[in-house]
Amino acid sequence: MSDVAVGTTLPPQSFRITRFDLVRYAGASGDFNPIHWNERFATSVGLPDVIAHGMFTMAEAARVVTDWLGDPGCLEQYAVRFTRPVPVPDDDAGTTIEVSGEVTELLDDGRAKVMLTATHDGQKVLGNAWAIVRLP
Amino acid sequence: MGRSYPPTAPYVVGREKVREFATAIGDGNPAYHDVAAARSLGYSDVIAPPTFAFVIAYAGSSQAAMDPELGLDYSRVVHGEQRFAYSRPIVAGDAIVATATIEAIRAVAGNDILTTRVDLATESGEHVATTTTVIVARGTAEEAS
Repeated sequence: MSDVAVGTTLPPQSFRITRFDLVRYAGASGDFNPIHWNERFATSVGLPDVIAHGMFTMAEAARVVTDWLGDPGCLEQYAVRFTRPVPVPDDDAGTTIEVSGEVTELLDDGRAKVMLTATHDGQKVLGNAWAIVRLP
Repeated sequence: MGRSYPPTAPYVVGREKVREFATAIGDGNPAYHDVAAARSLGYSDVIAPPTFAFVIAYAGSSQAAMDPELGLDYSRVVHGEQRFAYSRPIVAGDAIVATATIEAIRAVAGNDILTTRVDLATESGEHVATTTTVIVARGTAEEAS
């Protein structure tokens, strides 16, 4: 990755999210908050529908960085703000988030800062999403 | 505030748990699934995806979050912000102890905002990762999502 420079873009990816994914993530992560699988509960607390776990969205966004790096252990820091929920409808199509990334700063010791953009229906779902990586 | 909570009992990271978590996020990176691939990168076993650190930290931070002395309304809590800083990836076979510290608690526009740091280390004290979680307990004065 000797050719990495400020402005280098990471290959963007889109991730489909269905109710099945949320149930599976609930089981794997241990986060069984019903807003992520129970529409009756989600709407009763004012949400438009069942919403994806913020940590699920954060995990998907990380893949744009770790797929680019190859070795996920080269990720040193990773931070996001959750700015907007991702509603997931009860159908087979589910919904989609789009994630892209760009190198915004070269740091010492062969490291770089990457800014990430994650959108759903054209609106950002993560704010100030960034990673510090060791370039392999 | 700096209130700290006692370290949790060690969480032993299982190889199949790592694979289960990686599958749940749809991530086929060989380092998460294939021991030989992980070893070729220099790890002793499969490594966990970065956000798996939150799964281990969750136990430690919920201990803090449920502290009755903080008096938060947990019926209206949302995850506001999440940060990770890694010394190294979590590797299958690790026994990880989580220590939670309340970094900040403040009331803004009727919302309680709680920042909790959880340090993850091996039983022998080797730092693995630090997670920082900001949760917002929405008050009745603020209905915006």
